[in-house]
Formats: sequence, C-alpha cells, structure tokens
Amino acid sequence: MGQPPKIEVENLRLAYGAQEVVHSISFDVRPNEILGVIGPAQSGKTSLLRCLNRTIDFSPNAIVSGSIRLDGRDVRATKDVFDLRRRIGMVAPLPVGLPLSIYDNVAFAPRCAGLRRRGDIDAIVERCLTQAALWDEVKDRLDSLGTALSGGQQQRLTIARALSHQPEVLCLDEFSIAIDPVTTMRIEDVLKDLRSEMTIILVTNLTQQARRLADRTMFLLDGNIVEIDDTPIIFSSGAASQKTRDYVNGVFG
Amino acid sequence: MADPNASPARFARTAHVARKEWAEKTARAAFFLMAIAMVVPLVVIVSYLVWRAWPSLSWDFLTDVPRRGMTAGGIWPAFVGTLYLVGISLAVSAPIGVLAAVYLNEYAKDNWFNRLVSLAVINLAGVPSIVHALFGLGAFVYAAHLGLSIMSAALTLAIMTLPVIIASTREALASVPVAFREACWNVGATRWQTIRAVVLPNSISGILTGVILQVSRAAGETAPIMFTGAVFYKAVARGDLFPYRLDEQCMALSMHLYTLATQVPNVKESMQYATAVVLLGSVLLVNAAAIALRIWMRGRKKW
Repeated sequence: MGQPPKIEVENLRLAYGAQEVVHSISFDVRPNEILGVIGPAQSGKTSLLRCLNRTIDFSPNAIVSGSIRLDGRDVRATKDVFDLRRRIGMVAPLPVGLPLSIYDNVAFAPRCAGLRRRGDIDAIVERCLTQAALWDEVKDRLDSLGTALSGGQQQRLTIARALSHQPEVLCLDEFSIAIDPVTTMRIEDVLKDLRSEMTIILVTNLTQQARRLADRTMFLLDGNIVEIDDTPIIFSSGAASQKTRDYVNGVFG
Repeated sequence: MADPNASPARFARTAHVARKEWAEKTARAAFFLMAIAMVVPLVVIVSYLVWRAWPSLSWDFLTDVPRRGMTAGGIWPAFVGTLYLVGISLAVSAPIGVLAAVYLNEYAKDNWFNRLVSLAVINLAGVPSIVHALFGLGAFVYAAHLGLSIMSAALTLAIMTLPVIIASTREALASVPVAFREACWNVGATRWQTIRAVVLPNSISGILTGVILQVSRAAGETAPIMFTGAVFYKAVARGDLFPYRLDEQCMALSMHLYTLATQVPNVKESMQYATAVVLLGSVLLVNAAAIALRIWMRGRKKW
C-alpha cells in the first residue's frame, strides 16, 4: 500500500453531553477499499459517520475532539462544510425518497452545488440511477414521485442520490435493514463495481455482509475499536481478540 | 378435541366479554354525542340568525350605505372597512409570522434566548384582545403618531394574530419529517436550500390554513379596533371599493353590529341580525376557501 490513506482518524472522541460514546479511536481508510464496520447497537458506528461528514454539527450537545483527515485535510477545520458533504456520500439506514420526482431526487445535489445545464444534469441522473441498478425500472417514469417507489427501490434511489454529487467516499449505514435480500444482493454487486471509483465505508450489523464485501473489517464495541484487520483474518480463528471471534460467530451481539 | 374442557369454553360469552361489549358501545355512543354536540350549536346559531335576518337580507343591504340615522339602508362602509382592516393586518402579520416561525423551527438552536422567544410567543397568544387594544392605542395611536386610523387598527390586529400564525406555522413545519432534512443535508444542501426545496413545499398547505383561519379572528374582534380606528359612522359613496384613506378611521362590521344593537334607537331587529349574517357569512366563506385549499394541496402531498 504505497498510497497515503484516504481518511485518517486520530484520537477521535465524541460525547453527547456528559456521555462519551466514542472513546479516542484511531484508524485509517485506504483509497478504493471497502472498509466494513461491524458492531452491536450503541457501539458508535453511526456517530462515527456523522463526524465524518459533519452532520454531527446538527446535534447541539455533541462534543467532538481529535482529528479526522480526508486526503490529509482536517474535516473539522474545513471552510466549506457543504463541499465536504458532497465529497462524502451518505446512505441512511431507512430509505428516504425526498418528496420530489425521481429525477429531482437525483438532480437535487448537483443543483445545490450550482449545476444548471439541463444536459449535464440529465447525464448525471442517468449515470447515477444506472450505477444504483435502478435505471431500467424507472427510466420511463422519471417524473413520478420518489416517495411512491417501493422500499427497495427507494433505497437504491437514496444510493443514486448519494452518488449524484460524485463523492470520493461512500458511507453506507446499515443500508439493508429495510429491504429484501434480493435487492440487498443487487446493491452489494453495485458496491463491488463502485470500489474501482471510490472508497467505501460499509457500516453493517450483518457480519456476513461485511465478510462478503469488505476488504478490511473493523469491529467496534462500546465506542472502542476492538480490532481492525483484513476481512479474512477477522472472520477466522486468527482474529486477535476473543471478543471479535465471539461476535462474528454469533456468541453475542 | 380429545380434551372436553378445552375448546367450548374458549369462545363462550362470559361476563367479561359482555362487559367489554357494553363498555365499547357506551364509549362509542358518548364520543358520537360529543361530536354531534359540536355541530348542533353552529347549525342552530346560523339558522336562527338567517331566519331573524331574512326580512333585511338583500344584495342592496350589502352594497348600500346606512340611511336615516342607520335605521335603514345597508352596511357597505362597514363591510369594506372590515376588508381593509383584515387585509392590511394579515399583509403585515402573515409574512412576519411565517418567517419568524421558519427561523424558530429551522434555524434556531435550543438555547435560552430562543426558548425565551418561544415562551413570549405562547404568552402573547394568550393576551386578551382588550389588552391588545390598549397596547395598540398606546403604541400606534399615540407613540407612533398614527392617530385613530385604519393603520393603527390594522397593526393592532396584526400584533394580535401574529403569535397564532407563528404557532400554526411552526406546527406545519414540524410535521415535515426530520429524515427529509437530514437527507438534504447529507448531500451538501444548505439549510435554506433544504427549506426551499423540501420543507416549505410540504408545509405550505398547513401554513396557509393557519393564516387564513386568522381572518375570522381579525374580522370578528371588536375591542382592538374600537380603541384604535373604528367609528360609528362614516359617510361613503354606495358601492365604492376604495372609500378610505389609510390615515382615516373606518367603519367595521363587528363594530357596526355593536352600534346597531346598543347605540342606535329604533333599529329594525332584522338589520342587526342581517349584519351578523354578513359577518358570519364572510368568515365562513373564507374558512371554506381555506378548507378547499387544504384539500387541494393535500391531494398533491408527496409522501
């Protein structure tokens, strides 16, 4: 790995009021890898993502310390937080079709970024919907409402929206909890293809999903990193921590 | 089936089941009666008013000016005066109220200052209209040197309707799911882009309904305008749509009703009732428009 890391997290701490939920964690994300993040509920996975794209700013009582660097630049010191959020795509656990047309759902971010030319936006909409494996199903009804799609389609629409601002990092937060297994497998195939274009952080509480997709896997527990290593090692008896072995084997969690 | 004790007893009508059914029926009847009790007074009031007003009700009554010491003729000056007062007061309070509510609901952080503002809004909504009247008299008529005028009266009504508009707008904004806002922020939208693209289009029907419902309040209040700009009588041309200047006093329906009922001798009773019917009718018409608007916009609601 000669390349510098895409994201470097150093001594990151996060507290909501007096309650610390992430305790001084440090790790790197390499360019064009899929980093799986596993761990039971309340282990700080979602909070970690919110620090990354600074949507943590919307939680008034959140206290963050330490540093998160994207391409060597501290995200907490960035001047243009909106540009930062466009460099990081975020897919939430529950699909959110905005109450706009399918077209406008995908065109929303480019327009917010200042893109106006209809031709450019058309191209982005088609590319992103195709990448999210949704184009064939909706290409004839781009004017219908995004909220009228089925759950699985809405989640792919959400992914298309996250891709529409051409992010360098794509974060998925338990994207499959509200969709069926077939759609999940389709999206997983999409993610494998996207790896060549971007870095992916895949937060999941399905350990097998991390095992299928991730190059490396990080195990978070109660706001601490128990272990981060190549996925095959995490899912083998070679995992360094007994807790990791127990968790991936379903002993607890 | 082998066990004779198990099955038959299971669905038998025990005392417990009978009690539950009785409670269910009673509750249903009680709630239904209360719902009916809401409608009955309205129907009774409206039909009684129309019945008593019938001899005086005509198109002429609406468009003519009062004649012979208000014992004959119509109510045109009062009708137009009310239109002026309501129109101007809402033109002032609606933009301020809606924008303030957007700030409070979308931008304001949860700190002591904004909590104080919210508290002030709630308390302002509870201030009696006669107190608003005195405030308007002091603030607009004297301090701001607007004198007894339409402007003073309309601004007083605006102050009175403002807190309710803020409260109803905040409610409408809060009904838009937070997940939509988060989805917008996640793709790098600013708060304003989020508000314009997603929050406002999906709360506009609630906002407008809240504003329009204040029409009835502004049109019906007597005390605030009596102190600040309404008069007993003002000579106006029949059917004139723009009879008043904003620095003049005007007649108003609510005030006119009070005048006819208590201040003028020998008025036909039917004229008082007819004035009430016009006031109530205008308000109901506006409310009906609000409901129609709400239904139309809900049909276009997008989730």
